[in-house]
Amino acid sequence: MHKKLIIIGGGPAGLAAACAAVKRGLSPDDVLVLERDSEPGGILNQCIHAGFGLHRFGEELSGPEYAGRYIQMAREANIPIMTNCMVLGLTNDRQVTFVSPELGYVTATADAVILAMGCRERTRGALNIPGTRPAGVYTAGCAQRYINIEGFMPGNRVVILGSGDIGLIMARRMTLEGAKVLTVCELMPYSGGLARNIVQCLDDFGIPLRLSHTVTEIHGKERVTGVTIAKVDEANGRKPIPGTEEYIECDTLLLSVGLIPENELTTGAGISLDRMTNGAAVNQFRETEAAGIYACGNVLHVHDLVDYVSEEADIAGTHAAATILGETEKTVKSVKVTTGFGVRYTVPERIDITETAEAVRVFFRVTDVYKKVQLVIESESGEVLVKKAKSAVAPGEMESLEIPADKVAALAASEDKKITVYLRELGGSK
Amino acid sequence: MITKELTCVVCPAGCKVTVTLDENNQIIDVTGQTCPRGKTYAISEVTNPVRTLTSTVTVQTKDGAKMLPVRTDKPIPRPTLFEAMEIVRRTVVTAPVKTGDVLVENFIEEGINLIASKDFE
Repeated sequence: MHKKLIIIGGGPAGLAAACAAVKRGLSPDDVLVLERDSEPGGILNQCIHAGFGLHRFGEELSGPEYAGRYIQMAREANIPIMTNCMVLGLTNDRQVTFVSPELGYVTATADAVILAMGCRERTRGALNIPGTRPAGVYTAGCAQRYINIEGFMPGNRVVILGSGDIGLIMARRMTLEGAKVLTVCELMPYSGGLARNIVQCLDDFGIPLRLSHTVTEIHGKERVTGVTIAKVDEANGRKPIPGTEEYIECDTLLLSVGLIPENELTTGAGISLDRMTNGAAVNQFRETEAAGIYACGNVLHVHDLVDYVSEEADIAGTHAAATILGETEKTVKSVKVTTGFGVRYTVPERIDITETAEAVRVFFRVTDVYKKVQLVIESESGEVLVKKAKSAVAPGEMESLEIPADKVAALAASEDKKITVYLRELGGSK
Repeated sequence: MITKELTCVVCPAGCKVTVTLDENNQIIDVTGQTCPRGKTYAISEVTNPVRTLTSTVTVQTKDGAKMLPVRTDKPIPRPTLFEAMEIVRRTVVTAPVKTGDVLVENFIEEGINLIASKDFE
């Protein structure tokens, strides 16, 4: 089988990339979306809460509604989506091996491949929580699937470790369904979740959020009977402080402790990952170091808003289509994007400047909570390319800066080989 | 005089806003916000906090019972959330159902409906 464009994953990233590629001029017959679940939509299908689509559609939709919009667009564009398809392997010359109930074992080639596999949750095994191994320990997303799709409750008395957005959303969901959520423990001195979710999922229901706390032991033989929590020492590597332990009787522990881009296929193709994003390193078109292989959405870096996933998938889909159609310009110079003070990672990691230099938007996450800062991108020779003042920034909210086209053109003409994204503190307290 | 402390959720700054009310629950003062949007938010949170409720109901399909995601088409008063969940729990629908279909009319308040948020054939 040969296709001009194969997209791995039929969630929000894959669907938006497919729609963008067809809009850019590819025939839908030349596109194939491979989805491992029985329906497209990805994780949005279980995210039944509202708040999606404010940027993209100007209204607040639930996850299934947001997915539904893109499924509808893909359907209207006649884009083929093969469900129940598991991709087993990818090579860096764009050979995709997958299994499907109808076609069996298939090896397909493509002119371009877009990786849109999303991410998965960090599990108990990744945290090394001591204790027994009873039933009742779930990742928050797993519990979300049980309740919202399978239709059963995973427990009655719940402790949640981690205050990421999925954990907060599940605290509200389980409370509304009749469970007692006893507490949410967060290792860090601040929550990684959106302020809105802290207010609407915890404060609304009087659920205590314990910052700088962790679970130090899980109790129970067949089923969880309780957990021990303790305060951690900020000054000493966030180790539990002896004497602060507290036993909480519960039957369920939910873990909301981070998401990891799912990149087994990417590394299998020999594409190296950015240590900070756990996704492939890409240029501004979201093309990886392997020619014709793109990545977008949560497989590239974990996003906080699906609207940004769609936007990123647009970029990847549009450029993949343009490349297939032979309508892209040559790269005249590559510039590395590096991180400076206060910046954890950037996407893209490099800018491939083309003959007609275009404006480039750089997305990034900060390392800590800062108040009154200036976000800056500076060239190697010390010229400020773009800057923006912010009253507050937090690791949980992605930031971005756009380098204007004339500055990109000037960069191409200069001797500079890299640019740096950093924060400048404007005074005031941290 | 009563004071209420809340965190503004309009932007990531997360200002701690204090609202002061008199004996008749009338707002006397709003302090702590750093922009006008914070004041608007604080006043609505103190006088009539509203939330969009999302949940699931049972939908009978030809492949058996499934979970249909649902939501209110407008926010409902926050104190009515649990009362609303009682109605959601009793609601059963039969496929086909389309996104936006009204499942319960005048849900909690007149003019607010419980609607489907996914298609089931």
